[in-house]
Amino acid sequence: MTAAVGNPVFEVVSLKKSFGGLVVTNDVSLSMAAGDRVALIGPNGAGKTTFVNLVTGTLAPSSGEVRLGGEVITGLDASARVKRGLVRSFQVTRLFQDMTAAEHLGLAVLQREGRSGRIFGNFLTMPDVMQEVEHRLETLRLTALMHRKVREIAYGQQRLLEIAIALALKPKVLLLDEPAAGVPQSDVGLIEQALNELPADLAVLMIEHDMDLVFRFAKKVVVLAAGAVIFDGAPGDATRDPRVREAYLGSYADAGRVA
Amino acid sequence: MAVDVSSRDMGAMRRRRRRSLMRDVVGVGVIVLAAAIGYFAFPDNLALLTRIIAVALLVLSLDLVTGYCGVATLGHAALFGSGAYAAGILSAHFGINDPLLMTLAGLIGGALAGLLSGLVMLRAHGLPQLVLSIALIHLFHELANKMSSFTGGSDGLSGIAPDPIFGRFEFDLFGNTAYVFAVVMLLVVFVLLRILVRSPFGMLCRGLKEDPLRIRAMGASPKRAIVKMYGISGAVAGLGGALNAISTQVVGLDTLSFTQSAEALVMLALGGTGSLFGALAGTVAFMMFQDYVSSVNPFHWLTMVGALLIAVVLFAPKGIYGTVAAFLEKRREGRP
Repeated sequence: MTAAVGNPVFEVVSLKKSFGGLVVTNDVSLSMAAGDRVALIGPNGAGKTTFVNLVTGTLAPSSGEVRLGGEVITGLDASARVKRGLVRSFQVTRLFQDMTAAEHLGLAVLQREGRSGRIFGNFLTMPDVMQEVEHRLETLRLTALMHRKVREIAYGQQRLLEIAIALALKPKVLLLDEPAAGVPQSDVGLIEQALNELPADLAVLMIEHDMDLVFRFAKKVVVLAAGAVIFDGAPGDATRDPRVREAYLGSYADAGRVA
Repeated sequence: MAVDVSSRDMGAMRRRRRRSLMRDVVGVGVIVLAAAIGYFAFPDNLALLTRIIAVALLVLSLDLVTGYCGVATLGHAALFGSGAYAAGILSAHFGINDPLLMTLAGLIGGALAGLLSGLVMLRAHGLPQLVLSIALIHLFHELANKMSSFTGGSDGLSGIAPDPIFGRFEFDLFGNTAYVFAVVMLLVVFVLLRILVRSPFGMLCRGLKEDPLRIRAMGASPKRAIVKMYGISGAVAGLGGALNAISTQVVGLDTLSFTQSAEALVMLALGGTGSLFGALAGTVAFMMFQDYVSSVNPFHWLTMVGALLIAVVLFAPKGIYGTVAAFLEKRREGRP
């Protein structure tokens, strides 16, 4: 559907999913190259969550393919996809309430390096792991919360930690599922700053409701409605597209003003 | 400013580590002290104390899968019993009577039963998983019952005659040697498990218990982690089984029973899940209470055990140790 410039690092080809007679994902294709910033938007019930679940391996598609760096990964389970570099964040923060920020990142780093199965030692005394943990926390300005348990951390900062964990897995493709959802307006700036500082060669697909954020972040917008792609192009053109306007029925009328 | 934060964190980290190490030392100290008190307070009942330690190993083992991985099971005695039979059969049928080799056999037997149980258990979640665990223990029980030429069936496996440890310390009639052997085994297991639960793998399992989906999104396989933990858990339970076989010189079908499994779960809940101290506290409290009440009132002791459990569930749902730990934590946080 879209030809990405250069070699695509991430491709979705004619992805379909139906539950009985209900088609929830209808022939969705997508292609991304390293460094792309794409936003996936669409009204409620458009099938965005199903799409994320299909791509990450939580759901099996009825037909179609997902490719990562040229390799077909449709048959792999969720953790195998992560190992190959397809990493997601969650719409609602999924963190371990009784673990500290450092423990979350330590676990991610150890897991990435295949050391999470070790039954001896403590990552707090592993200099290489701790160095990376400290560096990653510092990048997202979370250093002060290093040894705080998640349940003592404000929600906006939990969202940052969620991004830090995803980055610690060294992804090639990052799926951000509404990174600013539930964050108080005063903290959205922090999230946006973190998004702007994402590694330049990382392909990022963001699912987001906050149109301001979408238009500032994405170079390309894909609009999903009733399970199918109805628009794929520059953010500025999206708001002028009649089908997009129809799909939203004016519920994002202010999106036009922003663009 | 940045330097301040980082040096403060280093201090916090050192404090944390010191506190954790302190808890290890305190834990070992408490076990040694409790063992010594037991030895001098109940010199005529060392058999009971040894049995408490054997069951404590079972409950610690259960804590690894239930408290640290979130798998609820009513079939954990399968691992304990497999260890007991492995150690017993080695002696009774193969004439290998070295207690250390028998212990090793128990460890391996338990670990194998654990791996098998783990592979079966992860086929289901929640209630079906619990039912699966009950099916497992009944299958193990029935297998041991039917293979009576090997296991002695319902008569129990007899003819177990462990040699003296290192050829010097004979298993005496009063159970002195068995008791010391048991205490040493418990200490070694306790220290190793403290290392385990702090390790990267321990951390992975704690995460797995809270949110398997998050763990998968980090690229880890929950199934592999559970099977591995089941293997480790089986080794620990198997040690307890071997200890039971060596100290009582008989293995009965009750080591592989649903009742033993359920009691282990009750002891864990009583002490507090997700903590090694909780598992130990629950076992000692339950078994001492059971022993005392059943001697005072042989007709209504089960009623009293039931009443104790209801009281704990109502007033201290985190278990004995969990409640005390939460109280201490609150006090420490309250201080500036």
